Formats: sequence, C-alpha cells, structure tokens
Amino acid sequence: MSVHYELRCRECGKTWGNVPRSFCEDCFSPLEVAYDYDALKRIAKRENLSSRSFNMWRYSELLPLTEDFTPTNATGGTPLVASRKLAAHWGLKSLYLKNDAVCFPSLSFKDRVVGTALVAARRFGFETVGCSSTGNLANAVAAQAAQQGFNACVFIPADLEPAKVLNTAVYGARIVRINGNYDHVNRLCAQIADRFPWGLVNVNLRPYYSEGSKTHGYEIAEQLGWKLPDNVIVPMAGGSLITKIAKAFKELVTLGWVEDKPVKFFGAQATGCSPISDGVKRNLARFEPQKPNTIARSLAIGNPADGPFAMKLIRESGGWAEDVSDPEIVDAIKLLAETEGIFTETAGGVTAGVTKKLLAQNRIKPEETTVVCITGNGLKTTDAIAAEFPVREAIAPRLEAFEAYLDAQLGATAAGAKA
Amino acid sequence: MPVTIEIPTAFRRFTDGAPKVDCSAATVAEALDALTKRFPELSRHVRDESGQIRQFLNIYLNEEDIRFLGGESCSLQEGDRVLLVPSIAGG
Repeated sequence: MSVHYELRCRECGKTWGNVPRSFCEDCFSPLEVAYDYDALKRIAKRENLSSRSFNMWRYSELLPLTEDFTPTNATGGTPLVASRKLAAHWGLKSLYLKNDAVCFPSLSFKDRVVGTALVAARRFGFETVGCSSTGNLANAVAAQAAQQGFNACVFIPADLEPAKVLNTAVYGARIVRINGNYDHVNRLCAQIADRFPWGLVNVNLRPYYSEGSKTHGYEIAEQLGWKLPDNVIVPMAGGSLITKIAKAFKELVTLGWVEDKPVKFFGAQATGCSPISDGVKRNLARFEPQKPNTIARSLAIGNPADGPFAMKLIRESGGWAEDVSDPEIVDAIKLLAETEGIFTETAGGVTAGVTKKLLAQNRIKPEETTVVCITGNGLKTTDAIAAEFPVREAIAPRLEAFEAYLDAQLGATAAGAKA
Repeated sequence: MPVTIEIPTAFRRFTDGAPKVDCSAATVAEALDALTKRFPELSRHVRDESGQIRQFLNIYLNEEDIRFLGGESCSLQEGDRVLLVPSIAGG
C-alpha cells in the first residue's frame, strides 16, 4: 500500500506529512488524517472485502496503516443486533444496537483506536506507549501493548472503578494514579508527551488513534447491507467517536460504497458531565467545561477535545444532544440487559437512556432506522449497579427448603401485588 | 505580582527557546499581555481576531483550568504558575 494519507490541520488546512503530533504547529489547532480519495477510489474496492475476515482490518485501505502492517488481533467485527424486544418496548420499527461491549481483546470500542495507534507507534519507533484514560482505553492499551511488545505506562484518575484498574494491571502495564479528575490527567499527559519520547496514543498519536473509530461506522453501514441509517446515537466523552462515525459514512459515500442520504447524529452524555450536550441545548458558540460528577466514569471528560467538532456535526446534521441522570443510566442498563441480553457499562446506559429521551421528545421517528452505539462492557462497572441486586439469603440443599423458599417468594409477590 | 508562565515546546520558537517566562501581573490576562508584548509573534496564537483566547488554547493557573476560576480576569498570587497547553487532546 502506498501512503495515501497525511496529517492536516482541521482549522487552517496546512498539511504536515506523517508525524507523531496532535496539533498544527502553525495555528495550534487539532490535526487529523486526510486521505487522497482519488487514490483510494483506485485501490479500495468494496468487492475485495468479501474474502476478508469480518473485523476492523477488512477496511485497511481506509485506515492510516503502514505497508508492512499485518493484523495481529481480530479487533472489531462486533454484532449489529437487530432489536426486537427493546424496539417493541419503544415502539420502533427498525432499531439496531452496535455492540462493542464484545469488542476484542478488552471489551470496548477503544480496542479499535488502539489498533491504529499502535501501528503509528511502531512506525515512529516508540518503545513505550501510554495514554490518559478513564479506564477502557487503559485496558486496551495494556492488552495490545503486551501482545505487541511495547512497554505500557497509563495514567488514570486515582478513584477509577476497581475493575478497570485490575483489567489494566493484569497485562503488566505500569499504572500511574493521579490525584485529580480525567482533565487533570489529560493535561499532565500533554506535558509528558512534550517531555518524554513516548507514544501516548490519545495525545501525540491522537490523529492516527481516532481513525480507528471509523471502523465502528464502516461496520454499521456494511451490516445494514451497505446502507446508512437515519439516526445514530453515540456516547460522547471527548467527542471524537461521533465525528469519526460521520467521517466514515462520508468516506463510504465518496467511494461510492453506499448511497448518500441525510443521517442525523445524536450525542449522549451523563447529566453529571455534559459539556457538549449542554452546549448544543443552550446553543452556545463554545461549550463550557464542567467538573464531572457521574457514575458514567468512562464519559467523565469535562473539557472534551473534540467538543467543538461534535457540536458542529450534531447541529449541521439536524440531530440533537441529550443527557441523563445517574438513576436513568442504571435503569437503562437494566432495560438493555432485560430486553436484549446485552450487559453494557454505564456509557451504554447513557446512550440507551438518551435514546429513550429522544423518543419522548419525538426527535426519532418510529419508522426510521436508528442505530444505538454500545461502546463498553457491563462487567467493568458492576459497582454502579450492585445496589440494585442485593445478595439473597441462601437456602439449605433440600427440596423442602426450596419449596418453602418458593412459598415465601410467591407469598411476597402476592402480598406485593395486593399492596 | 511575580509569576511564571510555562511555555510548551511548540511555542518556544516564539520565546527564543525559553521554557519559562517570568513576569509581573495581577491577573492571568495581564500575564498574557506581558507575554505577548515581550514576544509579539505569539499574540495571534494566544488571541483570535476578536481578542478572545483562542478556542483550542487551554490556560491553567497552577493545576486548574482558568475557565473554572472566572476566566482570564482571575487574580494571581506571588509565585503562581500559568501553563499554556495548545490544543488539549485525550478522550
């Protein structure tokens, strides 16, 4: 594969070749990977995909990879679940759940972005990789760094969920706990990337890292039979994923792989950390940063790097942004589990809860095709819902004990019904 | 009030390579003015055409984003550190 991409400033448009850097040295705005789409039209053919495995690397021409790149992980290729019970519950005719709760290897969509980031890390000769993380990214960096032979050093807020810390530690990564919230961690990492010759995936490798998110969008379109949906509901932390799904759809249209059509992008946040949804709802020119206070720790970014781009996309697409409270998040996690058998983490509860809210606001129509993006696994945030499921008293291993238990349960249910 | 402004590598070509700039200022706005007066080429990277701090430039007073401290009018104490971070990443 010849190199048909390079970094370009999202504001002034200046191009920078391929370097480990996240911002334009002329105007200090963010950089992103830009492609030569004429070249891509020649080398990337939709029909070539049929012989490739169903994972994120089947779209390799559309990603910033190197010529000698060989996939080592079957990352991505997650189910697009056609909802039946939840769709019926909500009165929707065409509802899909893109389920990255089962993304390989670390059970969140962050496996996709780390996939492309580590290709860049190898290309630029970094031996140590790392990240600032609310948890899922640290898991993904630790897992893939271990497999690919990088040293890993991740930076996290000190009070992160225990499961997310354990799911990083097990891979042998160095974990640096920071007394502060994610935005403090992130600011420190900007200084670390400035000082140390490390590949911080979401700092100096960020343009390459965020391209991995596009594969979530490519898969949605392919799994819909090479069609775009009417609505997409996406959780927002830094605000990158929603913009990259939009970029993916636009690229597929440019390449002629799908027919163009309007797609509304809806952003989902927790009310306890909702700078982007607040900015959209109040029609602000610039979002106002917030101090996060929510159980949705994976979305708890008060100063979102892609906030301005996410707000612009949502507005221009005719979509909207909403946010839900912690109790609404817990209710939505349970609803998704009980109706679709999908156990999502708090971020998925945010997305499902916001979808319900958008329906109530009549922003999503029953006959439209709607995709809800589930980006992480519930096993990582069990503490957020543990209080909902108190441990029941144990019974003796005897049939009569079970019968007594059933009588008590049914009695309680009957009494409850009477009450 | 004597304070120190910490300059990221990307900005040092405008500060003759200096990683830190000491100045005297009562507010963050004054500190930024002192900085850009001394290094005029930095001006357009700190403020946009309307005089607002550029959207992608993040400014911190010690550990805190100045937007939580009332913005650039927030007061400085002796020995404070003002940190400039172009285009915060993460997420």
